[in-house]
Amino acid sequence: MTTRIGVVTFPGTLDDQDALRAVRIAGAEPVSLWHRDKDLHQVDAVVLAGGFSYGDYLRAGAISRFSPVMETLIEQAKAGMPVLGICNGFQILTEAHLLPGAMLRNNHLHFICRDQTLRVENAETAWTSDYSAGQEISVPLKNMDGRYTADERTLDELEAEGRVAFRYLDGNPNGSLRDIAGITNAAGNIVGLMPHPEHAVEPLIGTGRTDGLGFFTSIIKKLVNA
Amino acid sequence: MSLDTVKHAAETPDAAQPWKELGLKEDEYARIREILGRRPTGAELAMYSVMWSEHCSYKSSKVHLKQFGEKVPQNDAMLVGIGENAGVVDVGQGYAVTFKVESHNHPSYIEPYQGAATGIGGIVRDILAMGARPVAVVDPLRFGAADHPDTKRVLPGVVAGIGGYGNCLGLPNIGGEVVFDACYQGNPLVNAGCIGVMKHEDIHLAQASGPGNKVILYGARTGGDGIGGVSVLASETFESTGPAKRPAVQVGDPFQEKLLIECTLEIFKEKLVAGIQDLGGAGLSCATSELASAGSGGMRVELDTVPLRDSSLSPEEILMSESQERMCAIVEPQHVDRFLEICEKWDVIATVIGEVTDGSQLEIFWHGEQIVDVPPRSVAHDGPVYHRPFARPSWQDALQADDAGKLARPANAAELREQVLKLVASPNQASKAWITDQYDRFVQGNTVLAMPEDAGMVRIDAESNLGVAMATDGNGRYAKLDPYTGAQLALAESYRNVAASGAKPLAISDCLNFGSPEDPDVMWQFAEATRGLADGCLELGTPVTGGNVSLYNQTGETAIHPTPVVAVLGVIDDVNRRTPVAFAQEGQLLYLLGDTAEEFGGSAWSEVVHQHLGGLPPKVDLAREKLLAEILISGSRDGMIDAAHDLSDGGLIQAVTESCLRGGNGARLVVPDGLDAFTFLFSESAGRAVVAVPRSEELRFTDMCGARGLPVARIGVVDGEEIEIQGEFSIPLSELRTAHEATIPALLA
Repeated sequence: MTTRIGVVTFPGTLDDQDALRAVRIAGAEPVSLWHRDKDLHQVDAVVLAGGFSYGDYLRAGAISRFSPVMETLIEQAKAGMPVLGICNGFQILTEAHLLPGAMLRNNHLHFICRDQTLRVENAETAWTSDYSAGQEISVPLKNMDGRYTADERTLDELEAEGRVAFRYLDGNPNGSLRDIAGITNAAGNIVGLMPHPEHAVEPLIGTGRTDGLGFFTSIIKKLVNA
Repeated sequence: MSLDTVKHAAETPDAAQPWKELGLKEDEYARIREILGRRPTGAELAMYSVMWSEHCSYKSSKVHLKQFGEKVPQNDAMLVGIGENAGVVDVGQGYAVTFKVESHNHPSYIEPYQGAATGIGGIVRDILAMGARPVAVVDPLRFGAADHPDTKRVLPGVVAGIGGYGNCLGLPNIGGEVVFDACYQGNPLVNAGCIGVMKHEDIHLAQASGPGNKVILYGARTGGDGIGGVSVLASETFESTGPAKRPAVQVGDPFQEKLLIECTLEIFKEKLVAGIQDLGGAGLSCATSELASAGSGGMRVELDTVPLRDSSLSPEEILMSESQERMCAIVEPQHVDRFLEICEKWDVIATVIGEVTDGSQLEIFWHGEQIVDVPPRSVAHDGPVYHRPFARPSWQDALQADDAGKLARPANAAELREQVLKLVASPNQASKAWITDQYDRFVQGNTVLAMPEDAGMVRIDAESNLGVAMATDGNGRYAKLDPYTGAQLALAESYRNVAASGAKPLAISDCLNFGSPEDPDVMWQFAEATRGLADGCLELGTPVTGGNVSLYNQTGETAIHPTPVVAVLGVIDDVNRRTPVAFAQEGQLLYLLGDTAEEFGGSAWSEVVHQHLGGLPPKVDLAREKLLAEILISGSRDGMIDAAHDLSDGGLIQAVTESCLRGGNGARLVVPDGLDAFTFLFSESAGRAVVAVPRSEELRFTDMCGARGLPVARIGVVDGEEIEIQGEFSIPLSELRTAHEATIPALLA
């Protein structure tokens, strides 16, 4: 049976088509999910894609978090369904309290778009098993509110439990505390990060590298072997 | 205030009307009275004033723009020409591409963020209204001196506005320009371009035909922003003592526009519209009159049904409002329910505001009383046409006689080296990454090339790898020296840039930025530039598909440099064959294509080293440009070229520096026989490019150039960690990188 991976479209989601394409390139069946529909249509995993859902009005991710689809998603994620939040998706996951912390405006106050080097810190999550711990990858980064923030205790806990999944290398692009680019929950099924692996799955497009494909092949392997 | 109905207007012929305040001239007002056979109502006056403004009616430029329709080159790619929201060209495999560049200069000076943001919003809706999915934006920008304090106000705001709006729309920003010149100090140029893709059968036109069809306004509610923006802002010179009309800049909501795009595309997919128009300058006045005028003529609109943000707006204000993110569709009655359903799905407000009638008048009602009764054509198309006087400026000869050839050249290798560093660090030649990194270039996942490449390129079909490329170029310094040649140089450079990326140039759009048409000097520049462009397009075989004219770009009596900006669209069958600018591999052989002459008039070198503008711009040879383009395209297609960079402002050393820094490799260069090092490095002769050829392809490539008669000179090799000009000097890449990349952040961050 083919692995079905859903990608949610909220009003203002921008990278949903890219995420669907990445799922397809990795070999799974992409499924579009609509924010008003509570039904997850039997998908095995969900990607919350990047963009400016609800225009980032109020706070990035703050409104989407209350969408009908999120009711089911939050429940399922807590029960173990793999969920990847990219950029705005990461922001939605923190707003939904599926991941700790929050994103503030970049410390330089500008939108930033660039190729970003990351170190994979945790290669044991549902979305990172095709990488090796310590591996360096380059994927595009593009955001306005990407500065990861949490209180010291939470940060210490994340570090101690190995839940910092990715760290920025070669310069922190936004002032994220402890250079954190992405984190995971304790179970490893929910991962959120600011950079965009779905833009790095074809050699010709974007950065010209395919370093992001591992996210999607990781989850497919995990689901197939489950 | 009582309602000024058609009946009331007929009964009170002598009532005083604010035509002058609305920007109309006395004879224009008299003509409106003549057309209507009575005085216009307040609402009619509002409509005519905005639609007959320079910005909407092209009244000063029309007589010159005609050439673009008359000197049409034979090109079967053209599907829709000038006159629609945007031109459409055939790019093969059943795909059509629409593209256009527009100006948002004046609003962007007053309110940089919103001015620039709504510039993007407007051009995107133009493209959308043709039936296309917008796939990329570009933005040619010009600001005052880089170190002027006001530039630090205007530029970051404009850049944040373009980013803030475009990023939130999900459109990759793949190209454009940033130019600094003191002439733009009080009048920056903020041009915005957009590319859209559709299948041939999906082309939509702005017309309202079929009596009984419904007129649906959808998108944002109408508010008080941008009222009179068209006539006041775009068509009059800024006066420091003038009345304060500054709130006239519109405010954008990109989130609403994103919903509007997706909603509209879904509506197109189900073939629910008979005609469509976006609401931009002149708002509902423009949309209703143009739709009706292009259709069978009759339309009835109940203006009080328009959803408002501010319930106190008068009917005149509603007609003139330039509130953003609105579209107007003509829909057959049986499709109305489905249309409204799709709008509801996307949380887009949609309202039936009227219908197409079998009459010939545009009739608008306000709570049952008629306030507009006009022949729509008289509003939309029969605006005034001016044959403005023009004459070659008295100073032109002296300017051209001030030859840049007599400027002091570097006396030795050390001075040459110093000037190279100064050039690549100068604001116009420096890296613009600080700016372009604020734009999302990756979204949609189809970006093959983006800044700082010669042209932006996106894939439009993931199966076949068909792609389109676009470059925008303009050089106000060249055009000031000779507007005819300057316009052709802009065309040639943009054409060359597209070819350098490996794509075949197909068609152009232009954005013509000039000073006041009431100044005969400016009008001469305009006449010369349009003539140059039309002649150039005819020779290159690239038709003008449409464009935009922005006049009154001046501060007091001082006009900007004449600045025709040309966007060339190209097509590439397989994006895998695209040519980047980066010298990515050591050992690649470097060839200079074309002829290099001592041409320094208007050059970056003359500006940076001598603060000089005089003489003649480089000569144009369009036949040579065509040949060069053919070689670049063949070389790319057949794998003979690894990298290419066009030579333009800054000359060879600028191009080589950019390609080396981009690839992280140095280069060893030899000055070719017959040239001195200075001319080799700094000349801005047109029709040239530098290419990196893999060693294995050397013979094949030079044979091809030889057989086709294109001058080719081997000038060096990609190698090491420095750029070395043999026998002259060398500069480590790290030193070049610092010089090239530090300037803009230091000035603006």
